[in-house]
Amino acid sequence: MKALVTCKRVLDPYIKARINADGSAVNLDNVKMAMNPFDEIAVEEALRLKEAGSVTEVVAVSIGGPKSEETLRQALAMGADRAILVESDQDIEPLAVAKVLKAVCDEEQPGLVLMGKQAIDGDSNQAGQMLAGMLNWAQGTFISEIKIDGETANVTREIDGGLEKLSLKLPAVVTADLRLNEPRYASLPNIMKAKKKPLDKKPLADMGIDTAKRIEIVGLSEPAERQAGVMVDSVAALVEKLKTEAKVI
Amino acid sequence: MNTLDQTEEQAAFLRSAKEFAEQSLKPFAAQWDEEAIFPVDTLKAAADMGFMSLYTPESAGGLGLSREDSALIFAELSKGCTSTAAYMTIHNMVAWMIGNWATEQARDQYLPSALTGDTLCSYCLTEPGAGSDAGNLQTKAEKVDGGYKLNGSKVFISGAGSTHTLVVMARTGGAGPKGVSALIVEANSDGIRYGKKEDKMGWNSQPTRQIHFDDVFVPDQNLMANEGDGFTLAMKALDGGRINIASCSLGTAYAAYEAALAYVKDRKQFGKAIAEFQNTQFVLADMFTELEVCKNMLISAARHLDAAHPDATLQCAAAKRFITDHCYDVVDKALQLHGGYGYIKEYPIERHLRDLRVHRILEGTNEIMRSIVARRILAD
Repeated sequence: MKALVTCKRVLDPYIKARINADGSAVNLDNVKMAMNPFDEIAVEEALRLKEAGSVTEVVAVSIGGPKSEETLRQALAMGADRAILVESDQDIEPLAVAKVLKAVCDEEQPGLVLMGKQAIDGDSNQAGQMLAGMLNWAQGTFISEIKIDGETANVTREIDGGLEKLSLKLPAVVTADLRLNEPRYASLPNIMKAKKKPLDKKPLADMGIDTAKRIEIVGLSEPAERQAGVMVDSVAALVEKLKTEAKVI
Repeated sequence: MNTLDQTEEQAAFLRSAKEFAEQSLKPFAAQWDEEAIFPVDTLKAAADMGFMSLYTPESAGGLGLSREDSALIFAELSKGCTSTAAYMTIHNMVAWMIGNWATEQARDQYLPSALTGDTLCSYCLTEPGAGSDAGNLQTKAEKVDGGYKLNGSKVFISGAGSTHTLVVMARTGGAGPKGVSALIVEANSDGIRYGKKEDKMGWNSQPTRQIHFDDVFVPDQNLMANEGDGFTLAMKALDGGRINIASCSLGTAYAAYEAALAYVKDRKQFGKAIAEFQNTQFVLADMFTELEVCKNMLISAARHLDAAHPDATLQCAAAKRFITDHCYDVVDKALQLHGGYGYIKEYPIERHLRDLRVHRILEGTNEIMRSIVARRILAD
């Protein structure tokens, strides 16, 4: 079975995001970028499934500009077999992402699509669900465990009330949550080998997909600055503040 | 450690080095220092990552990376543990020597296991009576049937007693540097005796011992290059060794600088964060500036070495002197910003300072570096 795994290039999660002076977007000029951490977890899981014999080939796919090739090389260095870059200069919305991935799936016919549950830039958390809908495949989102058993993927989902176990008929789309695994880092020999692995590029413009924007961003603002803490002199005062000010009890 | 013209591959190498340093070195560095533990399992893991064969030629099974890439990788590793990263640089240097100059037979015998970290290497040049005056070394390798008989002592040998393969500079000919040859010696050979583990100020995650050779037989095939080439090979290795040690100073100083940056924002005195005081700001600005100068000088020297530039030795010596002095100073400034907390072992700064002190002494003292620079610039 072939596994398709998505890798989005996003702002490095460990640096402070800054908004452009005109408030239109997060500034991405000359800032450090990285693979979306949830996608990294998805790549790791695909590799573990391959090592376990459940998957025979791992194909990494990204949609983005020329720099997204670096992100795909990272997936290849971790151990993916080959990569596909859908070249696009513009940042496309989740619906368009799902359409593009659907077209890639139609061509590649994977038995399993692994994605990060969301990209940490837009935090939309939509593409995986929409892709499963378009393909009419089973979906398991926010998974913290996956086991392949023949034609079935048994997954554990992290939901508000606890854990939910589902059996999905393959092919399926699953999205990775934080606790699914801890991704490996690439060894230097594997980084060097990754340079020679196949990476196909296809222009988004040639795919005949409507990627017109449907969402208008009205404005962006920085989160409210954290207020300094207050020392309380007794447990009673603490409970009082939790009730009246924080309103958590 | 970013540079403007960084390649994608270099960025990937550094990302892996950084993650390895953060996950496999940093959390244990204080304990390794305190208990003087040589972390051989970690060195094996480092080899799996490729860190023990960085610039050994590809033809000999290494990664064949440039000195520039290697230097930046060592800097990242030393952010996690200076002493362990420094040992890795020594191992890399010896592996590079074996990969370049050993006979095919000796290379096939000793190098593969060194590149996988299953065996570890030591570089044996300094003697009790020959430190800076290394060309005057007295360890003798007397020609016997089928090989050499080795007699003498080496001192301050990194890894000694826990390593497997030694590269020993010994006298096969007359007085002076031209009478020195480089030999590969198995560390458990008959006639080898190790001195006590030295109790050191820093560099505690690697043992340092004297080695005594008493009629140790070394087969002919373990001679590197030709008789009389040993001192030249030792010095060529040290050109790179000096870059490596400078890298370890730079990475450590960055770690101290980053710790200080975080600390001054957090630490409050007189009702405000000490980052708000102009003295703190100026000190941090100087630290940043000095680190930038050191980084650029390191890269420039490494590029001279990569290009086999005629001034490579000059550049490496100047860089080693400048970077190890100034990075020590940067760590000292970081310690001062930490106040009393910088002096206690709960914080890593005092260890950084202790570890960096020896970088101004070894791989050629900084005074010898000045001699090398002066000799070269006055020669024209």
